[in-house]
This record gives sequence, C-alpha cells and structure tokens, in this order.
Amino acid sequence: MFMDESLDVVGLQTSWKKTHPQAHDSKICQTNQVHTAEVETQAKFFSENGTQTDPHECLADPFLLDRDLSSDLPGLKDFLCRVEDMVIEELVKNAKSHAFDGFEVNWADQNQTVLCLYCLGYPDARKKGLQVTSVSWNCTGSVIACAFGRVDDGDWSTESSCVCTWNLDRRNLNPNQPDMVMDVATPVMCVSFHPKRPSLIAGGLYNGDLIIWDTSRTQDPVLAQTGMSPDAHREPVYEVKWVPVAHRGHLIVLSACSGGRVLLWSLDGVEGKLTLNSAYALVSQQLPQTTAFSKLQTKGGINIGVTSLTLSPWDPDTFLVGSEGGLVLKCTFSSQTVAAVPSDGESVTLHAPAQFSFSPRGGPIHSLHFSPFHRNLFVSVGTDGLAHIHSILQPRPLLALRVSDSYVFGVRWSPVRPLVFAAVTGQGLVQVFDLGHKSLRPVATIDQKTGGQPAYCLEFSPQQLLAVGSADGTVNIWQLSAELTEQGPRETAILEQLANEVAE
Amino acid sequence: MLEETLKRIQAHKGVIGTIVVNAEGIPIRTTLDSSTTVQYAGLLHQLTMKARSTVRDIDPQNDLTFLRIRSKKHEIMVAPDKEYLLIVIQNPSEYLLPQ
Repeated sequence: MFMDESLDVVGLQTSWKKTHPQAHDSKICQTNQVHTAEVETQAKFFSENGTQTDPHECLADPFLLDRDLSSDLPGLKDFLCRVEDMVIEELVKNAKSHAFDGFEVNWADQNQTVLCLYCLGYPDARKKGLQVTSVSWNCTGSVIACAFGRVDDGDWSTESSCVCTWNLDRRNLNPNQPDMVMDVATPVMCVSFHPKRPSLIAGGLYNGDLIIWDTSRTQDPVLAQTGMSPDAHREPVYEVKWVPVAHRGHLIVLSACSGGRVLLWSLDGVEGKLTLNSAYALVSQQLPQTTAFSKLQTKGGINIGVTSLTLSPWDPDTFLVGSEGGLVLKCTFSSQTVAAVPSDGESVTLHAPAQFSFSPRGGPIHSLHFSPFHRNLFVSVGTDGLAHIHSILQPRPLLALRVSDSYVFGVRWSPVRPLVFAAVTGQGLVQVFDLGHKSLRPVATIDQKTGGQPAYCLEFSPQQLLAVGSADGTVNIWQLSAELTEQGPRETAILEQLANEVAE
Repeated sequence: MLEETLKRIQAHKGVIGTIVVNAEGIPIRTTLDSSTTVQYAGLLHQLTMKARSTVRDIDPQNDLTFLRIRSKKHEIMVAPDKEYLLIVIQNPSEYLLPQ
C-alpha cells in the first residue's frame, strides 16, 4: 500500500518575473566619486582592464602629463636650446644682483598718518552703560557688527542688550544710528560674521545661548537659537567662530564657554535649526602632562573655563584654546578620548580635545590669534600685559613683548603685513608691533581718547581698516598708515626664520 | 633632452616655476599648478605681444629679445620666439636669506 514513488518534476514558467521587471533607479549615492590624478609616472604606457569609477575627462591637465613633446611640437627643442643659455645667465645674474635692494615705487599716495575714520556708537546702549564686547567685519569688509554686553560685572544679569551693524560704504552713514539693531535679552559676549556669506552673524550670549542672525531677513533676523536645551552652554559663551567647510551650503559654528565646553554646531539654514555635531570638554585631570605645570595639577574634574579660541587657517583639524587659568592648549577636532565628566544629558559624547599644552601664564588668556602667514605661529595676550609669540611646536614662547602695564584684552595679526600685529589694552590704547624692528617696543601707539576706559576687542577688515571696540560703548574705525599696511620685500622670510627659532 | 633643459632651469636658485607657451598663448609645459599656469600664460603672452609691438613701432628695424618684469615679490623673465615663449618666475630675494 505504501511504497516509495518518485514523481517527475514539473516546471512552470513564472509569470511574475516577466510581468514585473525589477526597475532599478539610484537617486543618490553616499560616497563621492573617487578622483584620481597623476602628477608624474615612471612608466609611459599602461592599459586598463576595468575600473570602478566613471571616467573623468578633464582630471589631469594635458600639459602636465609627461608626453613626448619633441615629436608633436616642431621647433620647441630648437627654441629651448636657443634660449636656455640666455635665461640661465639672467637667472644667475639676478640671484647675485643687488640692483633693486631697498628700491620702492610710490604707486599711490601714501597715508603717512593713522586716521580715525568713524566713531560708531548706539545712544540707547550708551545710556545703559553697555560696553562693546566684540566686533566683526563681514566678508566684503563693508559691514561691521558690534556686540554690546558687559565684562566688568560678574553677576547673572537679565539686562537686555543688542547687536548693531553699520554699513560703512553707505552714502549717508550715521555713526550714531546703526543700520540694524538686533535686540537680545541678555548681554552679548561675542559676534562673528560668516567668512563667505555676508549676511550671517553668529553671536554668543552671557546666559550660554547661541544665536544666528540673517541680516537679509528683514522681518525677523533670528535664524536659529540654541535656547534651553541639554546640549546648550550653561555658562557665558566667550567665543564663537564659523568653521570653514569645503562643502557649500554646510554651515558649522564653533562655540566655547567659560564652563569648559567647546561645542560644534551644524546649522540648517532652511529650517533654522542648530544641531549639536560634536562636543568637547576641558577638565584639568585630562590635560596633556608637561613638566612645566605639573604643580597645577589638581584632583578631581575641574572644568577649564575657555576665554579665547582661535582656528588654524592651515589645518582644519586644529584649534587653540586659552583659559581663565592662563593655559593655552592645542586641541584637535578628531579627538577620540572620552572626556572624564559626568554627562549632563547631552545628545553626543563629550570628548577631551587637548593635545598639547603651552607654558602657562599668570592670568586669563583674553585673546589668541593664529598667524595668517605661517602655519605654526600664533600670538596670545592676557592679563599679565604681555604678548607671547608662540610656535605650536614648542611649549615656550619664542618672544614675549610688553604691551602694557595693565591688562591686554585683544590681539590680531595684520592681514597684509606678516610681521605686524596689534593689541588693545586696559587703558584703551592700541599698540601696534612690527617684529621686523629690532626693538621690542610698539612701532605705533594709538590713543583712542576713551578717558582711560579699556578697549576689549579689535578686528582688521579685508580693506585693512582696524575696528576697535571699547568699554565706553563706541567702536572706532582706524585707517592705518602705509608703513603698517604695505608688505616689505623680506617679511615672509623673516617670519619663517622667527618660527624656526628654538625658544630657550 | 627637452625635459633636461627645463629641469636645469628649474633647478636654479630661487626659480619658482617654468612655463612654455605656444604662439596662441596656450601652455604646453609647466612646473606650476594648472590655474596659476593658465593665468600666467594668458597674461604674459598678451603682455609680451604688446611689448614687442611697442618696440617695433618705435623702431621698425628693432625687435624684442627678452622681457623682464620686476615686482615686489618676483622677477618674471620671458624669452620670446616666433612660435614659443619661455616664462621663468624667480624669487630673487631668496638669496638674501641669512643662512
């Protein structure tokens, strides 16, 4: 009854595959195309079997490739033979010649004097006794933004304040009437214009808030705000910077507060939302060990209050941080070390960014600035009245210059003269230094006539105007003399030499 | 042979770049990056042609043999010919560096 039986296999044609052919259509791809270019190759001939990337026509420049030029360009060989001797002779002569030493041409009228072009102020802010805490030029150099706040008062205040902008290129500029006033509920500690987009301003507030304004939006210029969120700062934000990114349309803001947090935000310009990208915490037990300040090591996780910050224009991964305790730290964005702090409910892991510590100073570091002309050099100033020129490769400063007997609140390198930097002091003076001079004294001192009130911030514009913000609530726009704005012939070489010196 | 000639020139003190340009102002050999090359080639080709016509307009029997431009930062030398230009950019202040 029951027996094994093998049945034939019956095959049926599928109707499904034919009637519903799978349609593939890729819309986006996560990886970019791999671009390759050859500069030089030892082998002249090559063949390809297959490649994963699409061919790209104009990747390598045709004239950069090693082609046998003599065959397809008649006469080139003869030409080069003819001119070679003459060119080499001139090159040698030129390298030995001193004919042009010290020769200078006067193409334009030289400004012999330092001139105060404008004295900007906002009467409402002056009435309240607000001080100028920060200034920033937009990328075109025509608009200046100025933040009003308070530096002298350590109290938590709910005093309302504002950020004002003036367009200096406007025909009927009124120094006492800003073009735009953006009211803020608490004092503003720092402002920064976007380096490429002329209408975006980032500002850091005393209560830890971070606001992005878009001045092209006339109705409500506030584009985004961190507000009360577990991610936001809880201490005054002392520095805010836009991080340059290669991708157009990406907006990244870096902010640092006195609570020892450095936060990297990405801004969604359409939705007006700030999202925390990465967060860094500086605590004393995670500082890089150097013998110089081992005595400063304390037990427990004490936050290092950040008072100043500068981004390297050369290395997108590096930034420097100056602290309330007089430390200057070299930090990296790509740090993977988890910070030894209890989580406060942040949405991202806090990392410890410090890589290297420079020799500590006596008081808070109020300002730091990377040299725009040398990748290793930076200048730092603080309450000890000294400006230190540092190489990021050495803990000790290369040079220490006495700026003032009182505090020094701000320092900036000249954007055009590699050896020149300017600093503002607690007496309201602007001291300009030229490292090309033998003496370590300022080459120019600008008395702002603030009646002894301190100046807190300064910033050079792309047109080499210098904006200085003071405690009396005014911003002075200075035009420097030709001597301070025209680059000499050997400046970069001297700067290079300075950077290569070994500090004793 | 051709490469050696260019290498010999490039090896000289303070030489930043060497460009060979054809009669149309198109670079055919360079030691600089492409955007700099295109800029130098185009502008210096125009300037050399202008300089040559200036020399010849002043004296029709005369002709341009060599063009040197001294700037704050560089010296640019142009060796012209009916078919090609050789452009050499030199940093003459480099020798001033105290060693």
